[in-house]
Formats: sequence, structure tokens, C-alpha cells
Amino acid sequence: MKQFAELYSAMDSTTKINIKVSAMEKYLQAAPAADAAWAVYFLRGGKLCAPFPSKMMRGWAAEIAGVPAWLFAECYESVGDLAETAALLLPDAPEQDGLGSLTEWIESRLIPLRGMAEEDQRRLVVDSWQQLSSAQRFVWNKLMTGSFRVGVSDGLVMRAIAAVSGLKVEVIAHRLAGAWKPSGEAWIALVSEESSDVGQSQPYPFYLSHPLEGEPELLGNVTDWMIERKWDGIRAQMIRRGDDVHIWSRGGEILTERFVELVEQAAHLPKGTVVDGEIVGWRDNKVLPFADLQHRITLKRPSRAILDKIPARLLAFDLLEWQGRDVRTLPLQERRALLETLPLHLSERLHPVDWQAARQLRLGARDFLAEGLMLKRMDSEYGVGREKGRWWKWKVDPYSVDAVLIYAQRGHGRRASLYTDYTFGVWDKDKLVPFAKAYSGLTDTEIREVDSFIRSHTIEKFGPVCTVTPQLVFEIAFEGIQQSTRHKSGIAVRFPRMARRRTDKSPADADTIETVKALLLST
Amino acid sequence: MKHSPHVSICIELPLIELRPEGLYCPSGNFYVDPWKPVERAVVTHGHADHARWGSKFYLCAKPGEGILKVRLGKDASIQGVPYGEAVHFGETSVTLYPAGHILGSAQVKIEANGYSWVVSGDYKLEPDPTCAAFEPVRCNGFVTEATFALPIYRWAPDSVTFGMINDWWRENSQQNRASILYGYSLGKAQRLLAGVDRSIGPIYTHGAVERLNHVYRSEGIALPKTTYALAATAGKFAGSLVVAPPSMNGSTWLRRFGDFSTAMASGWMQVRGHRRRRAVDRGFILSDHADWPGLLQSVRDTGAETVWVTHGYIDPLVRWLREQGLAAEGLATHFENDEDLQSEPLDSEPITS
Repeated sequence: MKQFAELYSAMDSTTKINIKVSAMEKYLQAAPAADAAWAVYFLRGGKLCAPFPSKMMRGWAAEIAGVPAWLFAECYESVGDLAETAALLLPDAPEQDGLGSLTEWIESRLIPLRGMAEEDQRRLVVDSWQQLSSAQRFVWNKLMTGSFRVGVSDGLVMRAIAAVSGLKVEVIAHRLAGAWKPSGEAWIALVSEESSDVGQSQPYPFYLSHPLEGEPELLGNVTDWMIERKWDGIRAQMIRRGDDVHIWSRGGEILTERFVELVEQAAHLPKGTVVDGEIVGWRDNKVLPFADLQHRITLKRPSRAILDKIPARLLAFDLLEWQGRDVRTLPLQERRALLETLPLHLSERLHPVDWQAARQLRLGARDFLAEGLMLKRMDSEYGVGREKGRWWKWKVDPYSVDAVLIYAQRGHGRRASLYTDYTFGVWDKDKLVPFAKAYSGLTDTEIREVDSFIRSHTIEKFGPVCTVTPQLVFEIAFEGIQQSTRHKSGIAVRFPRMARRRTDKSPADADTIETVKALLLST
Repeated sequence: MKHSPHVSICIELPLIELRPEGLYCPSGNFYVDPWKPVERAVVTHGHADHARWGSKFYLCAKPGEGILKVRLGKDASIQGVPYGEAVHFGETSVTLYPAGHILGSAQVKIEANGYSWVVSGDYKLEPDPTCAAFEPVRCNGFVTEATFALPIYRWAPDSVTFGMINDWWRENSQQNRASILYGYSLGKAQRLLAGVDRSIGPIYTHGAVERLNHVYRSEGIALPKTTYALAATAGKFAGSLVVAPPSMNGSTWLRRFGDFSTAMASGWMQVRGHRRRRAVDRGFILSDHADWPGLLQSVRDTGAETVWVTHGYIDPLVRWLREQGLAAEGLATHFENDEDLQSEPLDSEPITS
């Protein structure tokens, strides 16, 4: 545990990528196989189900620290993170060496915690705190509450594993794709030269695109590019190997059971086929809004009624495995040609005569509930991760609305104790109605300015939320808009964020709910 | 930065009251750390939010006289009195006791008719080689700060913290990097200089720090040899320690140092969010304010029945003290509660060293 907590501190205290990677390499090199496996699991954002509600840990920590509940709450508000608050409040104990391997801490303590009686949980947790320093407790509390997170991309973790193993990043990425279960054997298989090859259900690492900046003319001839719509759904691979079918999301989740109609369709594919595409809701010959699909995806085994109401479809756009062979290095046009021979619903290929025509198609993308266009070089391989140059996403410009800051709430983690979570209103006659919440888009300096404005213009406080004198106007950008019965304003927007502060506008210049609702009609 | 709503104060025998100009003693006709110009100001220490410009007469602890002169200008009328020596104003006697915050920092004890109040200014209980140690003073009423008045703030012994700072410097030195260490230029910077292991390498300073180093040395405080960074040849900084005010982080002033690592020494570094917002490579927890146990201990040691709490986490400390059976009130002063963000004069006039 000691070494893992040190790894965390080393990575947390720097913004430099090379230092992060070398800290991981150092850890992975020295750690026993099972520890390395667990570390990789957590570094990549893997979580274990929290064995108890976090309020229980809160209670135990307050009790051991001798701090009344109100004071714990004050501390929590200032720190903004429960695991850290508990770690800082707990008294120093005599033995704080963090002895024992990461694997022991996870497999002999954390996992068994689940299903224990409350009194036993309390005893185990309190006992574990006795053995850890404050920094180690923080990491341990994070692991226990399922909120452990390190600021490192998957790509960097793989880079460190590649360096330790002497293998290529692509090989590591492939071996890790899908649901990788941490264990000593799994680590050895991951880093060994002649690892038994990829399992039957294993997907390929997804190839990702970069947003296009600048004009498409710079990309050369339009005919060198495969152009499709960029669908707003769930990116997924459909795998047919042997008699089995597997459906994986880009997030590494198995979706097979959730999309029975896709499984049925995949059964008609020849054995040894892997297809890449976007799962969307599809009815009456058109794509359904993402919110419908989002509703369906939460259901593990959707009912007949839901299946009828929100049928799913995979819009296929790439072929990764053909007749049991990895075809990712074939040029895209050849892969597409093979893909077109299969019984699938394809993502339609568009044929603009020039970039000007492509621009028109992009502008019309919203009519298809698409986010814009995808531009892929005809001769491109199916690569690994996100690279610049071969695949571009060319999204429609976001919607934008000028709105007034009306409520604010303190942030968490790095932004604890600052007001960073804002609610914005637009005019409904002479009243401001809340229409979107946004957290991102401001620089640290702007956040500080807005924070100090909020502190001096608070009208009323309701717990962590305060109402603010309506004075600051922001341009709010968002990707989609839909009717909603759950929101006061009657609309829900997708991915709202602050595009910029409009210091040139007064609240009276902000948009009205009518203008916002007019955007509904344009879709 | 928390502000409690203004609390009207109503106690018997008011030796001090809150006026628009600051904390006022009517029976002695003077102010303690006034934020507006007044006739007579007793100043607890030289930080900008306590020692403000424009009053007619200033009284401070003898070791703080030099600092006050630098801060308030040569023409200011400043009288320094030794710690423990009473001065009489009207019916009251005023005695200054060490507050352990920075060089010359004082707690102000005000006595009249056998009744006493202590205004403690900013203080810490940890030993500090650059100033006299905090001295608990018995009194009936105690005015305390609350900068770090939450139980999450508990300081490790200095030796542990300086061990970490030295390790960081040594490691950078081995990698031929400069170590840029940020600390408030008055007090924190000198405490850092006095505490680091000077055998690791040469030490450079920002102008604002160097100017105050002079004052400290002339008061007889031992500091290691330091060189004003602008007076040094560029390219000589590898392996050195550079002590600078926090506002230099991310500025072009850093360019001259080549490859470097940055660190911040402050009590706020206790909390990860603050550490990350600062965007420095390392955060060392080192404060010139009392931590939670320190605040409680000092309140206990005064034996005061009444406690007024100013600047910082006022509400939690007031509530805690009330739950312990003390009469505690929050007091809305204009003192700042951020030991790093205080507006400090940064004009780096040329220095001859």
C-alpha cells in the first residue's frame, strides 16, 4: 500500500507527463505481478463497488477524530472531498507504515468488506486507518469509496506498460481492450512476449478522431476522403467469433445483453467478423434522440415495450476482422468494400462533389440528429487511440444562447471552496427561468473573478446553493436541445458549457425562453 | 475567505470596541491595527493588512520597528517598545508580548482597573528561529485570529517539513535544476531561509525578499548568505534555491532560471485542492498561523472568559468555543485570512548586498 500511495503522490504532485510516466514505470517494474495488475486497473479508472454508503465512512471518521457532525460538515465543505476530509481529520496512530501489498489490501480487505455486517465493516475500516499515514489513508479512502482517480490518460498508462514490457503500445492496447480482470496471471500475460493470443471475446482498441480545426480545403481533394455523418449514439464493436456474439462499448463495457436485436443480427454474420459502428435508437426509418437511447441503456434487460419503443440499430462503418483475420492495416476503402458485402445497416456514405457541398451536408447534419460529419482518409489504416491527420470529426457549430447567472454552488476537488457550478436563466416575460447548468469553460482567473462576484452578490443561501444578483451574462454553448418535462423551463440541453463571459451585455440583453424554444423547431 | 455577519458586541467593561476605523480602546484612546488613518495606532506586526499607512503615531514591539519603517516609510512616527514593558495611555496600560508570527510580531495586552484584554493579531505556537516565541498571556478577554480554524489543519513539526523541503532541493540539485520556493516575502521567506540546509547549494532571492532580509539581519537574525537574483549572472542557477513571493509563479521573472521545479510553502498546502490550484510542483505545509490545536491551546492558556474571533473560519471556531462553555463572538474585521494572497509591495528596488 505504501508504494502505491507513493505512486499516487508522485503523479498527483506534477503536471509533467514524463514524470508521471516514469513514476508508473518505476512502480510497475518493482511491484509483484498482482500489485502491478491492480495498479493498472485503478490507474485506468477501474472501480470496485463501494462496500458501504459514503456517509458511513463519514460517521466513523468523525467519531474516531472526536469531531462533531457539524464540524465535519464544515471541514468537508472546505476540502470538497470526503475521502480527503476523513484522512485529514483522523488522528495520527502509532503504526503507520502502510505495510502489506496492494493486492492484500484490495483482496483481503476491500473486497471482503462488501457483504460484511456494519459492525465488522467499522472494525475493519478503523483498524486499517491505524496502519496508514494520512497520505495513504487518502488513497485508501478513495479506493473504498470507489472515487479513486488519477489525472492520467489511458494512453500514458499503456505507454508505461509498453516501456516496462518492451512491447509495442498497440499490442498492450489490444491485450487490455475490453473487460480486463486484474490478477497476477493477467499481468504476466499482458507483458509477456508470447502471450496466448487475444481471447475470444476481446475487442480491438478503438481508433479515435480529432476535431477538425481550420478549413477542409487544407485536407486536399474531397474524393480522397470517406465522408459519413457523425452519429450521436454509443460507439461499439460487434464481435462474432465461433458461435458467440459480443458487443463492447468504447468505454470497455459489455453491452451484449442490452441489445438483443443486435445479437440476433450479428448471428447472421460469418464467423470471425468484427465490426465497428455507432449504436443508435432507430424507428420509422430515422435516428431517435440520444436521450431515448440513454434511457434504454440504463436497463439491463429492457422490456418488450421498451424494445418496441426504442429499437436499437448499429450503423456500421468499419470492419476490423474478416474471416478471422485482423484487417486493420488494410486501407479503409478496402475494408469498407468488404463491409458492404455483409448483412448490416451501414452508416451511409456521402458523396459531396467538393468541399463546398460537404459544408452544406455538415450544416444539414442536425436534420438527421447527427453531430456533424466524419472525414476519414480512404487509404487510412484503423489505428490505435487518437491520432491527428487520418480521421477527423467535423462537428456542427454548437448552439449558443446568452443567459444570466442566477444560482451558484461550490465545486469539488480542485475547485473546492470556490463557487464553480453555475445555473443560468433566460427571460420568461419578466422572470428569469433556469435553463442550463454549466461547470466548464472558464479559466482559473475567470473562476476567481466570478467567485468573488458571487460572494459579494449572494441574495440567499439554500444549503450549498446560493442565489445571486442577476448581473453576469454568459454565452452558453450546447450541442443538442430537447423538450423535457423534468425541467422548469420545459427544455433540456446537451453538453452545456460557458463559451465566454459577455461583459458587453447586461442581463436585459440575455435571450428569452421563446428564442431558445425556437431552436427546438430547427431540429 | 469567509466573512461572518457583523456581530454587535455587548460585554461589560468594554476595553475595546469595533469602530469603522478598526479595533478601538476608548479608555486609552488608541486603535489596534486600524484599517483607516487614526491618531494613534498600536500595531501587532508589519504585514500589510495590519500595518496600514497614514496614522499619526505608531507603537510596535522593538524588534518590529525596522520592518514597520520599510513598510510605512521613513517619515512615519514609530515608537518601538521592548516586549513586556508597559506603556501608559490614559487610564490604560499597554504591554506587548511575542506572538511568534514574524519578527517583531506582538500580542497587545490592554489593562485597566484590574481587567485585561489581549489582542493577539496573527500568531503561531511553533518555534521559529527568526522571531521570539509565542508567549501565553493570562487575560479576561482574548481576541484571536481564525485563519486555519478547522481541525483539518494540524501542522507537522518543522523538522519534518524542512526535511521534505531539503530532500526536494537536493533532488533538484542532483538533476541540475533550480528550486523555486514561494513564500510570503515578509516572515515566511526568512523562516524558510533560516530553516533550509544551506550546505545543499547557493541561495538566491527575489528583490522583495532580499530587502526584508536586510532588515532581519540588522535586527541580529541569523540568515544564510543570499544573493539578489537580478544581480547574479544568468545560467548560474542550476542546483540553487530561489526564494520568491508566490505572485512570481507563472511570471516571466522565472525565465532566467532555466530548468526548475516550483514549490509553495503555506498552510493552505494541507488541502489537495489548494495545492492543485496553485499549479506548483510541490506544496509544503508550513504556516505562520496557529493550527487548530494551537488555536484551542492558546485560548485555553489565556484563561479568558470571553473570546472574540476575527478573520478566517470564524463561525466554526465560535461555535466550538461556545460548545466548550466560553462566551465567544465573531468579529468582522478587515484583516485578510489568506497568508499567501495578501497584497504585498513588490517593487524591487535595486539592492546593494
